[in-house]
Amino acid sequence: MENIVIGKAFVLGNNIDTDQIIPAEHLVYSMDDENEAKMYGKFALSSVPKEKSGLPEGNIPFVEKDKFESEYQIIVGGSNFGCGSSREHAPYALKKAGAKVIIAESYARIFYRNSVDGGFVIPYETKEKLNEKVKTGDVLKIDIENNLLVNNTTGETFNLNPLGDVLPIVSAGGLFKYARKSGMID
Amino acid sequence: MGMTITEKILAKSAGKESVKPGDNVWLNVDVLMTHDVCGPPTIGIWKNEFGKDAKIWDKDKLVIFPDHYIFTANKHANRNVDILRNFAEEYKVDNYYDVGTSRYKGVCHIALAEEGFNIPGTVLIGTDSHTCTSGAFGMFSTGVGNTDAAFILGTGKIWEKVPETMKFTFTGKMPEYLTAKDLILQILGDITTDGATYRAMEFDGEAVFSLSMNERMTLCNMAIEGGGMNGIIPVDSVTEAYLQERTNKTYDKIYSDEDAVYHSKYEYNVENLVPLVAKPHSPDNKASVREVEGTPITKAYIGSCTGGKIADFQFAAKILFGRKVSVTTFVVPASTEVAKQLETEMYKGQSLKQIFENAGAVIAKSSCAACLGGPDDTIGRTVGKDVTISTTNRNFPGRMGSKQAEVYLASPLTVAASAVKGVITDPRDLM
Ligand code: SF4
Repeated sequence: MENIVIGKAFVLGNNIDTDQIIPAEHLVYSMDDENEAKMYGKFALSSVPKEKSGLPEGNIPFVEKDKFESEYQIIVGGSNFGCGSSREHAPYALKKAGAKVIIAESYARIFYRNSVDGGFVIPYETKEKLNEKVKTGDVLKIDIENNLLVNNTTGETFNLNPLGDVLPIVSAGGLFKYARKSGMID
Repeated sequence: MGMTITEKILAKSAGKESVKPGDNVWLNVDVLMTHDVCGPPTIGIWKNEFGKDAKIWDKDKLVIFPDHYIFTANKHANRNVDILRNFAEEYKVDNYYDVGTSRYKGVCHIALAEEGFNIPGTVLIGTDSHTCTSGAFGMFSTGVGNTDAAFILGTGKIWEKVPETMKFTFTGKMPEYLTAKDLILQILGDITTDGATYRAMEFDGEAVFSLSMNERMTLCNMAIEGGGMNGIIPVDSVTEAYLQERTNKTYDKIYSDEDAVYHSKYEYNVENLVPLVAKPHSPDNKASVREVEGTPITKAYIGSCTGGKIADFQFAAKILFGRKVSVTTFVVPASTEVAKQLETEMYKGQSLKQIFENAGAVIAKSSCAACLGGPDDTIGRTVGKDVTISTTNRNFPGRMGSKQAEVYLASPLTVAASAVKGVITDPRDLM
């Protein structure tokens, strides 16, 4: 795992549910077939209402039409990110689109677990309402060792809540890799 | 320091003397449940990760119910059931309840209870967010994604962060016009959809202990709609009587300590509560039925793990007896056992089935059906700008089919009364 992630921010509101992240009609693609799997990237965050996509202005698609990857690597959300169904396709779709880190005030538990255990994206929590302080397109630098976020565009710095007990799983790259590394499974 | 019932069960499963909220523990899973939507990808991950010689950690602890996309011509849906069937055959999974056989059960959370898999004091993990339903049996149960389930399938283990517990106490005597659905909609309106995120929701009080197991399951079922990790109700004589008919397994009765520490406590007197709905498009969008009465509806739906149990149909029958519905009304028994009970359970000399048929309702086969929309040929699905009143648990845009449709969540009494009138109706007006 990288210790520093630098990328452009994509900002969203509260209660981004798994249907907005990847609508149910797209769950049919096989994850094992690379050509089908990249469709998850294409449709990531495709059901977020237009005016709420890419705040504060809105009307910014996360993934451009005809593309399979996003130009944004860091998603900044509000509270209750990932609520709804237990579908693991949600954090998977964000990863396929190229997202590496999510920063939100809080997560729905199953989404949080899926992000960490599948090794898809790093779900950071913050006490601040960062989605009101960061703009879509700002360049952010995340220092994972020190749990710091620097907004390179504005020069502001914010603290992130330490990943705590899930850090070893995140660093290993997911639950299975962690379990192998720690000798739990062969 | 005292512990709550959830903390005690997690400590026991982790082999520890005690745990406290925030601790990360590895649990030994007693039952892993999966279904036709998440089972196939779980099996895929398990095979990839554990290789050709992948072994199920304990096949007697694995339970598989095809239930979501069952009666459909959709190829992908049928491919999923085929994967489960082949897997069950290859690995000799006895607890597989195949569709098209006499073993077919229907909705997983209800089937778990009926088949005796819900055992107080144990840990049940399922690949479905409503796995919290089983907490009605004084056990820890929660939903996970496919990677976690694949890991359990190979190792029997899962890590969990011990949750803080919120306590909800209902006092007073349940009025005949209220059901467990009204109680949970009350809570959701008060705490909102993330009010219990990463927390346990413990229910007690004389009104809760007066409820049947079916009704207790409704209460725990919607813990996830508040973001809750699990819902839980301690064991009492009602639980024990239900279990006696379903299992001969022995079990631990676990109770919260007097000095257990809670995140927060809520208390309600049920005699002061009224029938409620959750308006479109969120389960916490609470209103009293009186506030929205008269709203025209196009469909009524009585079904799902939340509202398709025999107790739900007993409520609906009280209203529908001797009356006719004035909008298309679906009766979807959650399980095949409930479907049979519709024929044997009587109200005023008629079977529930007769009552629903005489009222003009459409009785469907047991499955999840339109609770989550499903393929285009799914019975009861919302289309276009339908306004449906439903006993199910979620009303996000598109959840029951059409993204333009509006769904009101309500108790079976309120749904039945509204079906009769064709507009949202307070059940007290027809009782
Ligand atoms: S009935 Fe609805 S909520 Fe229950 S398991 Fe099926 S789809 Fe999920």
